Amino acid sequence: MIISVASGKGGTGKTTIATNIALALSADNRRVAYIDCDVEEPNGHIFLNPEIEDTREIFIEVPRINDEKCTYCGKCADLCAFGALLCTTDSVITFSEFCHGCGGCQYFCPVEAITPVPKKIGKVEKGAAGDIKFARGCLEVGAALSPPLVDAVKSRVTSDITVLDAPPGTSCPVIHTVRGTDFCLLVTEPTPFGLNDLDLAVQMVRTLSVPCGVLINRAHHGSRLIEQYCQREQLPVLQTIPHSKRIAEAYSRGLPMIELDKQLENDFLQLYRDIEELVANERNNHN
Amino acid sequence: MKIAVSAAGPDAGAPAEERFGRCAYFILFDEQGNLLEVINNKGAASAEGAGIKTTQVLLRHNVDVVLTGRVGPKAMTALSNAGVAVYTGVSGTVAQTLDKYREGLLVPVTEPNARQHSGVKESGRVVK
Repeated sequence: MIISVASGKGGTGKTTIATNIALALSADNRRVAYIDCDVEEPNGHIFLNPEIEDTREIFIEVPRINDEKCTYCGKCADLCAFGALLCTTDSVITFSEFCHGCGGCQYFCPVEAITPVPKKIGKVEKGAAGDIKFARGCLEVGAALSPPLVDAVKSRVTSDITVLDAPPGTSCPVIHTVRGTDFCLLVTEPTPFGLNDLDLAVQMVRTLSVPCGVLINRAHHGSRLIEQYCQREQLPVLQTIPHSKRIAEAYSRGLPMIELDKQLENDFLQLYRDIEELVANERNNHN
Repeated sequence: MKIAVSAAGPDAGAPAEERFGRCAYFILFDEQGNLLEVINNKGAASAEGAGIKTTQVLLRHNVDVVLTGRVGPKAMTALSNAGVAVYTGVSGTVAQTLDKYREGLLVPVTEPNARQHSGVKESGRVVK
């Protein structure tokens, strides 16, 4: 079972929820892995305190032009969607910082003048936090390409249950995190901003055909904003976590909220069981 | 020598366009000020690297000088690497801009004077 935790909006509590699910499951003697896919700003380690045991550098392949073979036909530059190549009358200039490493330029070069050369985009760190398997990706400073790094970190760890902590937003790195997971838990907060970004996230997850449900974080009495939206969109609200000073205090000290009371731990286990049931139903509907 | 002016419309009477990478047209002139050609800038539609794509379009037309308003960092790197001279400070129509250049009133630049992606906001694709 692979669960991705995403939210259209930053700061809604993705990491808090993802780490607490992992901790609650681990406390219940389940084999679980937590993977931080927010490679631009991983912070799950603050709550899990893992020991890093293994680091691997991740590379993509960027083009190098062989001037002896190149005819300056410009095919590579025309083909590149990101402007990573510029063909002048007597040279091809490469802007490797914009290259996505797709290899199209090399594939289509009519005179085989392009050689791929590795370029470091970041690293994947692996380790363990107690019984929880842990991995995170760290994007190289100055690199602008999270998706290949997200794919790399995703593929490094497996367990019975894997929780993927997605980056905020709905752009490429998030899509690479959520794609192919069994379920996507969307964390939101009951504000107009939360609702707006939740709607974007729901559209993204539906496009990827990943079943999803909603967790309302920092809920307060009186606001039915998210519930009304979920009803309209026929989305299950799986859990509501109240706006609480106690939880905020624990967060600010880097403490997981399930350590606050047993009830919260049970709530997270129940959340997982609900997800399991939804995924099972989904599979039955498809068969 | 070919001179390209970034333009909002497809003729010399159109307003000169401040943006480089995301500008819709370039009007090409020779040194004497004769109109040579109007180019539809395909580079403007590029999701990423519009400045580089636009430079590529100009190189295809063997442009030596470009008159525009704001040039971002990617575009500036591309233009200077390709040996295209850049002048900023366009105003009024394309024809008026060309006259100013020929009178020596436009400023040559070698450094970018706009932030990356700054042209995107004005193309109407980002809702305010």
